[in-house]
Amino acid sequence: MRENKRHVPETVERFLDSTLDSVDNAEELAVSAAQRAGFEDDDVMKIGMAVRESIVNAVVHGNRYSEHKKVRFSVANNKQRFTVRIADEGDGFDFENLPDPLAPENLLRTSGRGLFLVRSFMDEFQIRRLERGGTEVTLVKYVVSK
Amino acid sequence: MSVKLNTRQVGDVSVVDVAGRITLGEGSSALRDTLRGMVGKSQKKILLNLGEVSYIDSSGIGELVSGFTTVTNSGGELKLLNLNKRVKDLLQITKLLTVFDVHEDEAAAIRSFA
Repeated sequence: MRENKRHVPETVERFLDSTLDSVDNAEELAVSAAQRAGFEDDDVMKIGMAVRESIVNAVVHGNRYSEHKKVRFSVANNKQRFTVRIADEGDGFDFENLPDPLAPENLLRTSGRGLFLVRSFMDEFQIRRLERGGTEVTLVKYVVSK
Repeated sequence: MSVKLNTRQVGDVSVVDVAGRITLGEGSSALRDTLRGMVGKSQKKILLNLGEVSYIDSSGIGELVSGFTTVTNSGGELKLLNLNKRVKDLLQITKLLTVFDVHEDEAAAIRSFA
């Protein structure tokens, strides 16, 4: 972490259209917030990529680009935790039985690495079905101030 | 900046210089179209120079794998050149460095084709 004596807690929330433009917008918002939170460049990149992969899942696999469905995206940071929540309005998927992308038989698959990368880049990762429908992921990176 | 691809011929090896972002959408589809076009022209030796690639997501990784499979299944070889640290780290954690033949020197990469 960069020295961050003037850490200011903040929360950003957006309701995004189910488009690829939203993927870029959410990534930019997350990257800007991570920079303000004082993360080093490598962690900023990891947070941005984890958000990108999660929003792609919400837009493409969750809401299936529906113009009638939104992606709820929020970023909150305090002195300890940088937390991103992303929720879609899709039909959900069986996230407990995803193929292991590192298994030899799966290495040449052209998809299925997104959630693996999210888990690799963040300190905490949670996924749950929402009662009203849809899937929510929560991504956390620990803030370690000097 | 999205992706830019420039193809040049070095002997019988087709070198594709890739610059920018290989991400879901325009970036990954441009790479896919280029590689399929080369396979369609029976180009069997393809070297992807990723030295100027600033960013790649899981969709871009999928396109690299797809290109590798397409070229290999057509009897050709696809190799990678000049991975920056971020791209190399991504291929490392996804175990794809065990799949791709990766080079850091273009001349040596050219010579490595059968």
